[in-house]
Amino acid sequence: MINSITSLNFTKNMSRESWVNLLLLVVIVSVPIIATLMDEVYYVNLSTRIIIIAMAAVGLNFALGFGGMVSFGHAAFFGLGGYVAGIAAFHSFEGTLFLGLIPASDQMLLIWPVALLGAAMIALLIGAISLRTQGVYFIMITLAFAQMIYYFSISLTTYGGEDGLSIILRNNFAIGNSNNPLHFFALCFFALLMSLWLSHRMVGSRFGAALTMAKLNETRLATAGIEPYSIRLVAFVVSAMITAFAGALFADLNGFVDPSMLSWHRSGEIIVIVVLGGVGRLFGPIAGAIAFVLLETFLGGFTDRWQLFLGLVLLGVVLFARGGLIGLMTGNARHG
Amino acid sequence: MKKIVIGVVVTAAIVASVAALVMKGGGYKLTDVLNESPTKIGMITTLSGGGSHLGIDVRDGFMLATEMANANLEVIIRDDARKPDIAKSLANELIQKDKVDILTGIIWSNLAMAVVPPTVRGGTFYLSPNAGPSALAGKACHENYFNVAWQNNNLHEAMGHFMKAEGLQKPFILAPNYPAGTDALTGFKSRFGKAEGEIFTKLGQKDYAAEIAQIRASNADSVFFFLPGGMGIAFMKQYASSGIELPVFGPAFSFDEIILGAVGNSAIGVKNTSQWAYDLDNPANEKFVKAFRAKYDRTPTLYASQGYDTANLILSAIKKASPSDKDAFRSALESADFDSVRGSFKFGSNHHPIQNIYVREVVAGNGKKPTNKLVGVAISDLQDAYVSQCAL
Amino acid sequence: MTLALTLEQLLNGIQFGVMLFLMASGLTLIFGVMGLINLAHGSLYMVGAFVCAYVTGITGSFWLGLLAGALGAAIMGVIVEVLVIRRLYQRDHLDQVLATFALILILSEGTALVFGSQPLWLDIPSVLKGSIELGSVVYPVYRILIIIVGVLVALGLYLLISRTRIGMKIRAGENDREMIGALGVNISVLYTFVFAVGAALAGLAGSLVGALQSVEVGMGEPVLILAFVVIVIGGIGSIKGALIGAMLVGIVDTLGRVLLPSFFQWFMEPSAAASVGSALASMLIYLLMAIILAIKPKGLFPAND
Repeated sequence: MINSITSLNFTKNMSRESWVNLLLLVVIVSVPIIATLMDEVYYVNLSTRIIIIAMAAVGLNFALGFGGMVSFGHAAFFGLGGYVAGIAAFHSFEGTLFLGLIPASDQMLLIWPVALLGAAMIALLIGAISLRTQGVYFIMITLAFAQMIYYFSISLTTYGGEDGLSIILRNNFAIGNSNNPLHFFALCFFALLMSLWLSHRMVGSRFGAALTMAKLNETRLATAGIEPYSIRLVAFVVSAMITAFAGALFADLNGFVDPSMLSWHRSGEIIVIVVLGGVGRLFGPIAGAIAFVLLETFLGGFTDRWQLFLGLVLLGVVLFARGGLIGLMTGNARHG
Repeated sequence: MKKIVIGVVVTAAIVASVAALVMKGGGYKLTDVLNESPTKIGMITTLSGGGSHLGIDVRDGFMLATEMANANLEVIIRDDARKPDIAKSLANELIQKDKVDILTGIIWSNLAMAVVPPTVRGGTFYLSPNAGPSALAGKACHENYFNVAWQNNNLHEAMGHFMKAEGLQKPFILAPNYPAGTDALTGFKSRFGKAEGEIFTKLGQKDYAAEIAQIRASNADSVFFFLPGGMGIAFMKQYASSGIELPVFGPAFSFDEIILGAVGNSAIGVKNTSQWAYDLDNPANEKFVKAFRAKYDRTPTLYASQGYDTANLILSAIKKASPSDKDAFRSALESADFDSVRGSFKFGSNHHPIQNIYVREVVAGNGKKPTNKLVGVAISDLQDAYVSQCAL
Repeated sequence: MTLALTLEQLLNGIQFGVMLFLMASGLTLIFGVMGLINLAHGSLYMVGAFVCAYVTGITGSFWLGLLAGALGAAIMGVIVEVLVIRRLYQRDHLDQVLATFALILILSEGTALVFGSQPLWLDIPSVLKGSIELGSVVYPVYRILIIIVGVLVALGLYLLISRTRIGMKIRAGENDREMIGALGVNISVLYTFVFAVGAALAGLAGSLVGALQSVEVGMGEPVLILAFVVIVIGGIGSIKGALIGAMLVGIVDTLGRVLLPSFFQWFMEPSAAASVGSALASMLIYLLMAIILAIKPKGLFPAND
């Protein structure tokens, strides 16, 4: 990981961004460790919440930041991952079969592939239709699909409908004890690093070059004999899978899933986090998630009107800090 | 390059020490200097967005009781914005960071389902001032969970019972398509029997032209609806101007004093069931309504009465035992030894109330705003239907 | 279902469509002229309803309230445009989505701060209560009024855009933004004006609908999503598209809500049928939108092609 960060050191600005990235990682890792040493488990869980939300945004950033696809429906994938984890935990706790046919497992290593595969299939379907449209239409059609899945989740009476589903026992991972907050943090952190590494590798590859070209100049890509549609579709599916992975972890962190994981507000929040951190910057989602979750948490401690101040801060960032927080910290306004 | 390295190291050091200080900070509260540390109560409730008047009333009722008792309590109040994952995150914060002894305040069933089970399993007491999902009364009941309001079905069951006793035969019933909505219609039918027509509306739906047309076209002799918040306001206004004359019944949720202020005279004549009424005649209630009006300059709603009762239950238990002595505190709560504004109040074995449900009628008030008037008892000593599924 | 009931439900669908059109027309106008995605349009709808309820409460006149609701939303629109929105015209859609998302939070909490957290009273005037008979159908007077207002707004917008000098500038602005500046039109005033007109339409819709439904914080968001569905189906920027999209969504949603549960009753027991039917009905308009966009990626009436 560190290698891949430092290997980006081409220009002075880039190196500064790498240092900011490194700093973010240091902070993220050191807080839960210090907190564990001081027996303050709350901060461990808060850090886990931050990195899972960051990971959801890493997923969106891949489609949005690198592929220029403004998906207003990524909460659907986030919720989908969550529901796979929740339903698996539910059936294995009750000792019942999924749809009366398939035995469930509480092993994360089995749950995650199902979540990823499920998200991939749905994203393929949604992407195949949505990517025929562009601009605002794309924003809105992804929203429409997400709303459809949202209402579907409300109608799942077996799994609690609008009340959602409690995960009474957190699913298990092969190594360590997933119920130990620090172990679970480590697991999520590793997942985040994986998703960052995947994004980084894919963006740096020939595929990434084609994706960027599809965003900047579609005609040139087409003349090179590459179909922008399929490039975008692959990127959209990968992006959805990363977000779904984060959703599965989020469900296990919270101990429940419910339709609000799929609401359009959640889609909006994931966009907010990407933009807050800096669109198309590898570590943007992490900076964005830290800022968003801390604002949400600490503003609420000061005032009942915390959403008013959250709105003002967000507005300030859009209007005056173009390039997001990473841009602000590196003094580099726009990237990519 | 060297500067950057130094910068990173210094910043990391600052971040670490600030983090350490913030975390440590919880340990040195002013109150520790006092001999007796106060009981810490965390309240997670809805104070912003749609439906926030319920949370505000629970909070105001609760705080009124603590002020009147002048008790040694520290209440930390947080807004969940009606989002389950924020409620869950706040519960973590209050339990793990602030180390509260008791958690309370949640308004909505879906938020309660996210927060309550892990909270009570972790050994923190939870007292519900409003939501009463069926799972928590039945299979998922817990020794540390107490519901001071009602099980979700109660007011609907009582109305089913009442309408049957009134001799109505063909009610048209409707509720939103979500768990509390299906619970409502199930509860109603469990006491009434089959309905003439039954509709599940979309959650959050505000236009009921299509449903009202179906009511008009049916052979129903009455209408029963459970549509909380703005949905109920919209339905009642549209129904009143539709010209249909069938009598309307419902649970108190669509006819609290604040909702009535928004519905206006369209609601006059509606009968609704509630476990409490502001004109219920008992000394505790008289004292509460008077103090609430004096302090907040409005008539309390049932939510305020639930918040007030919750606080008084906690205060009565604290007098007997410390929340750190879990077993003693639990049995102090179980005995429910406080002056409820509902008159008599006792818990069933699943820690849900066994209580009278009353019928109120909406009548013209002073000025534009109608008000509720107590007209009778719908059902006495009602216990929820899930108690047999609870292992307690 | 009898013929009269079918007709009544069809009328309900049209009426619901008209309500959506009042919202969608402003949204699509703002997008067509300035290229702005305005998520805060629902908040302007809410502001209009609150102002209307407040003024009606004080003066006792619903008509004054209606006027105040539209004006109040227009004034709020001008304030928001000058302070925030005009900085967003040159930005990409992403920044617009984010900034107007932030505006939703600010306006919702701001409204609760000014008017309180409880829902406000607003009812239709007693003259308009009751129903009239149209052939075999008994239909509420107020809902007929809404349909009439919708038709007038559609007509008014058509005349404004096709027959007036301002309309000419708007059309010019839609087609070529540089050109219109070169012609000596003060673009920033024109944009503020268009935004105010859109806001006034949202405020009018909020006031009219608020009297029928409820006036509370957060009332604008469900309508906002529906209005977006409408303008996307119709083709963003097209008033005609918004009108047809609104009718389509209104009728499909209403008939779906009525017909689907009874359809499932043929082979399911009533409670389950009601539940499954209404779940499917909630998804129906999004399904409609996905199908239309899959066939026509730019909506039914693409504006600038």
